[in-house]
Amino acid sequence: MDFLNALVALANFVIVPGLAYGAQLAIGALGVTLIYGILRFSNFAHGDTMAFGTAMTIIGTNALLALGITFGPLPTALLALPFGIGATILLVLLTDWLVYKFYRDQKAKPVILVIVSMGVMFVMNGVVRFVIGVRDIRFADGERFLITARDFKEMTGLREGLAIKTTQAITVVVAIIAVSLLFWFLNKTRTGKSMRAFSDNEDLALLSGINPDWVVKVTWMIVAALATTAGVLYGLDKSFKAFTYFQLLLPIFAAAIVGGLGNPLGAIAGGFVIAFSEVTITYAWKKVLVYMMPDSLEPDGLVQLMSTDYKFAVSFAILIIVLLFKPTGLFKGQSV
Amino acid sequence: MSEPFLIGDAMTGGYGKGPDILHGCTIAAEKGEIAVIVGPNGAGKSTAMKAIFGMLNVNSGAVRLDGEDITKLSPQERVVKGMGFVPQTHNIFTSMTVEENLEMGAFIRRDDFKDTMTQVYDLFPILKEKRNQAAGELSGGQRQQVAVGRALMTQPKVLMLDEPTAGVSPIVMDELFDRIIEVARTGIPILMVEQNARQALEIADKAYVLVQGRNAHTGTGKELLADEDVRRSFLGG
Repeated sequence: MDFLNALVALANFVIVPGLAYGAQLAIGALGVTLIYGILRFSNFAHGDTMAFGTAMTIIGTNALLALGITFGPLPTALLALPFGIGATILLVLLTDWLVYKFYRDQKAKPVILVIVSMGVMFVMNGVVRFVIGVRDIRFADGERFLITARDFKEMTGLREGLAIKTTQAITVVVAIIAVSLLFWFLNKTRTGKSMRAFSDNEDLALLSGINPDWVVKVTWMIVAALATTAGVLYGLDKSFKAFTYFQLLLPIFAAAIVGGLGNPLGAIAGGFVIAFSEVTITYAWKKVLVYMMPDSLEPDGLVQLMSTDYKFAVSFAILIIVLLFKPTGLFKGQSV
Repeated sequence: MSEPFLIGDAMTGGYGKGPDILHGCTIAAEKGEIAVIVGPNGAGKSTAMKAIFGMLNVNSGAVRLDGEDITKLSPQERVVKGMGFVPQTHNIFTSMTVEENLEMGAFIRRDDFKDTMTQVYDLFPILKEKRNQAAGELSGGQRQQVAVGRALMTQPKVLMLDEPTAGVSPIVMDELFDRIIEVARTGIPILMVEQNARQALEIADKAYVLVQGRNAHTGTGKELLADEDVRRSFLGG
C-alpha cells in the first residue's frame, strides 16, 4: 500500500483535469441556464456560440502575435478575449434582432424557439467553419506548465508526478472570477435583480415596470461573454475544433439540467458532476489501484469502465436518469 | 357632484376578440375610501378590475384617474400614472427575498425609496423580520402582505387588490382586512374584489354588487348589508 502515491496519481489524472473540465462546463452551462431562465427556451446554438467566440479570439490572438504582442508566461488569447467577447455580443444581438425577436413578438411556444435555435446553430456552425476552417487549432502559448511531473517528483521524492498545466490553473482562476462577477451582478445590481425578477415571474415583472427588451439584451450580452470565456478556456486547455464545440452541447446541457435549469448555482454544480462522472468513468484505474491494494490483488486489466470514446454516453446516461427521477434537477430549477 | 378619484365609467368589454363580459359596468373609488366589488362566481368582478387596470379591451366607456382619461394606456403606463395592482395569484417573486420583492416593486422609481420601505415594514412588521427570507417560503397570509407591500412601493395614488384573502385562513383574513383599512387611512383609495362578501361589505365605504357583468346594487357597505335583496341572494339570508 502506498497511499500518498495513489493520491498523487488520482490528483494528476482525475482531480486536476476534472476540475478544469468541470469549470469549463460550468461556465458553458451558466449561459444555457440564463437563456432558459430568462428567454425560456433551450438554446441549441450555445455550443456554436462558444465556437464563434473562440474563433474570434483566435483571430485576435493571431493579430496580436503578428504585432509582436504576447502576454508573457500567460496565453496571449487572454488578451484577445475581450475582442472575442465583443464580437460574440454583436453576433448574438444581431441574431436576436433578426430571428428570436420575431418569435418572441408572436409569443411562440418554447418548443418552437428550440427548433429555431437549431436553425441558428446550423448557420453559426457554417459561419465558424467558413471563417476559421474545420481543422484542429492549438492556440495556447506562453508557459505550458505551472508544475511539471518531473519537478514535482524531484520536489517530493514520490514515484508519481503531479503536473498542473498553466491552462488548467487559468481555467479555474478565470472561472472563479467569472462566476463571482455573475453572482455579484445578479444579486446586487438593479439590472441583475430585475433579470431574476423577470425569470421568476414575467407578468409581475412587467407590472413592476421592468423593461423586457433591456432584460433580454443584457442577458444575451452576459451569455455571449460566458460562452466565449468557456470556449476559449476549453480551447486553451485542449484544442479548438468547430465539431468538438458542437459536441460539447451535450455535456453542457446535461450539466444545466442536472443542476436544475434556470438555476445558476445548479449549473455550476452540474458542470462538476458531469465532468467528474466523465473523467472517473473513462479513467483507467489500474495505476491508483496498484498503489492501494495488496500485490496479490493487483488488477490484470486497465480497470477502465468505459473507453474515452464513450465519454458522451456518460453525460447522456446522467441526463436521462435525472430527467426520469428528478426532472427539476439537483437544485430547485424549472422542470423541462 | 365632483367626479370620484378613480372611475371605470360604463365599461363594456371582454378579453381579446371574445364576447363582452362587462356590460355598462361602473366602478369608482374615492380618496381615503375602500370600494369593494362583490358578486356571485362569474359575475365579472375580477374582469371589471382588470378592465380598470387596462388588462382587457374596453370597447365603450372610459377609465379616468384624477380626471385624466387613461382608457388607452397599457397596464405598465397605468402603474407609472400611479395605479398599484395586486393580482390574485402569482403576485410575488417567489425565488427572491422579501426585501428584493419590495425593491422590484419600486423599480420604476429612480429616487430614494428607503422611506417607503420603512413605511411598508411599519405596516407589515412580520415582513421586516423576514426581509432576507425567500418570499416563496412564507405562509399564504405573509405572501399576501409581500404582494401588497410590493404594490405600495411605487407610492400609488390608488391601490387595487384582486381577492387579497383568497386561500388564507379566517384569522389571517381578519388581519389582512385590518391592514387594508390602515392603508386606506393613509389616504390611498382602495378598490378590492372579494369573495368573502359579508366581511368585505363590513369594511367597505362603497360597494358594488355585480351580476353578469352589470351593476346590480350599489351603495355603502352598510346599506347593502341591510338590503333584503342583497342578503337573500349573496349573503345566505
